[in-house]
Amino acid sequence: MKKIEAIIKPFKLDDLKEALSTLGVSGMTLSEVKGFGRQKGHTEVYRGAEYVVDFIPKVKVEIVVEAERVDEVVETIMNSVRTGKIGDGKIFVLPVEEVCRIRTGEKGKAAI
Amino acid sequence: MKKYILLLVVTMMCWCGSLAMAADPVGDPSGANTGVAADVVGASAGAPTAAELASMSAAEPLAAKLADVIGHNRIAINMVWTLLCGFLVMFMQAGFALAEGGFTRAKNAGHTMAMNFMIYGIGILGYWICGFAIQMGGVGGVASLGGGTVLNNEFVINLFGHDFGLFGTKGFFLSGDTYDAVVYGIFLFQMVFMDTTATIPTGSMAERWTFKSFVIYGFFITALVYPLYANWVWGGGWLSQLGKNFGLGHGHVDFAGSSVVHMTGGFAALAGAMVLGPRLGKFKADGTPNAIPGHHIPMAVTGCFILAFGWFGFNAGSTLAGGDLRIAVVATNTMLASAAGAFAAMVYMWVFYGKPDISIIANGLLAGLVAITAPCAFVDATSAVLIGAIAGVLLCISVFFVERVMKVDDPVGAFSVHGVNGAWGVLALGLFADGKYGDAFNGVPGTVKGLFYGDSGQFVAQLIGTITNAVFVFVVMYVFFKVLDKIVPLRVSPEMELEGLDQSEVGVTAYPEFHLNKTHR
Repeated sequence: MKKIEAIIKPFKLDDLKEALSTLGVSGMTLSEVKGFGRQKGHTEVYRGAEYVVDFIPKVKVEIVVEAERVDEVVETIMNSVRTGKIGDGKIFVLPVEEVCRIRTGEKGKAAI
Repeated sequence: MKKYILLLVVTMMCWCGSLAMAADPVGDPSGANTGVAADVVGASAGAPTAAELASMSAAEPLAAKLADVIGHNRIAINMVWTLLCGFLVMFMQAGFALAEGGFTRAKNAGHTMAMNFMIYGIGILGYWICGFAIQMGGVGGVASLGGGTVLNNEFVINLFGHDFGLFGTKGFFLSGDTYDAVVYGIFLFQMVFMDTTATIPTGSMAERWTFKSFVIYGFFITALVYPLYANWVWGGGWLSQLGKNFGLGHGHVDFAGSSVVHMTGGFAALAGAMVLGPRLGKFKADGTPNAIPGHHIPMAVTGCFILAFGWFGFNAGSTLAGGDLRIAVVATNTMLASAAGAFAAMVYMWVFYGKPDISIIANGLLAGLVAITAPCAFVDATSAVLIGAIAGVLLCISVFFVERVMKVDDPVGAFSVHGVNGAWGVLALGLFADGKYGDAFNGVPGTVKGLFYGDSGQFVAQLIGTITNAVFVFVVMYVFFKVLDKIVPLRVSPEMELEGLDQSEVGVTAYPEFHLNKTHR
């Protein structure tokens, strides 16, 4: 089992959700985060004083899937959220040791 | 502690002293004996003179009785007007609270609100104890309200062959024969103006001021500092008599308080902000300022609207007479100046800083209002617009001067709005007063005229009043804050300042359910 962490632009979230539901991915977890990569911050002004905001608001989506599905899911995510402009985000794939469904106590692939 | 005991002893002595003095006029607590036939004399252009009232009453008994009712109604109109306008000014406290709260950070919102809230309570009490007596104890009555003549004790010194009124000595605790309907009405009206002054420094000193020292400050400014200058201008004191004593126009004229209220508040705000020092993280090591954005712009703008609304009471109410139809001119001049101030600030920011920054525009609206507060009764619409527009520009220049040149941290621009434009307001009166109103103001015959309409003496009187305020208020408040800092530290600890003042100073968190964005600063 693998966890896919996708950090994307907030306004692309709906596109990602739609694309994944077509694939049959059954759930995801969302957090609102801030970050930057090679996309630089931008300057804001308040009462004439400029200040640089380094961290850009992003959305992090976490999905756990069977290892066989990883490539398909990653490809779908990338195609659904890509704008071609700087700041599109990144996807990380991590190994998952165990998955449990709390309600029933199921473990492993049945719990995904 | 010693300060408290001394204050208590002095006020008790003054109170006993005032009780012991023989009072010729008598207080009218029920108000039933206020507003009588005599109050129709001079009430309008065609009103009977005192002699006519006496002689004609004998021949026309019904008319004599009706004159009594009419006199009562005239006073009643004026009293209702004054009180309602006073209630409007009280509502400005909410405006200040919302404006200051919105322009400062969320982690301090509880504390900022608490200061703006408690200054209302502390102000009323300090003023009741002795502030009102010091300010109005010798004003001698208000003709439009038909009474208040029990306020007849002013402490004067004699200099250069003239009487210099310094402070009143009647009306402590509103007791004795100052338990009078008209006196209570005057108290309420004057009190809400005083509270406007007292709340101004809470803006410049926000986000790092200990609540304990704030409470002590509250009593000091409301019981002593504000009332002294206010006595000199509105209580019959020496600044108002510069015309009668030295031929300088009508003396220092300040219709609704550009100097009495706003300069006093603004210069106290500056003194406090300088003694406190800037917020942590406000200035970089090389002195360039960092932006510390306010947390709730909608709240701040709403607050400024409420202030603009209350200002109708502030300016138009200062006629103390609903029957004086100049109130329409006063109110309209007020709103024109506010619009001009906001517009001028908007243009300035757009041209010089690229964007019409709404926080500065809101300050510009207030600056226009502050500037028109003194001249509102004495100018026409065009002058009001001009005065307001200049105020908007002065505001912008001042905000950046205070922050970048003086390196003083004023989170809401309190000094720039109230101090700088308060001064501009009283000086503008000395320039633009057009002679259409103000006959016998401050006991000087003729209407009030400024420099541009032929009275240079008026401008000199305004200058004297302005400089007196700036020096007196700034020096006294600066020394006060320095001394107070030694007894009760003015500033919270750096850890508390970074954490937020809400829990440590006032025991409540303004937004307990929200995870505040601590990384934003």
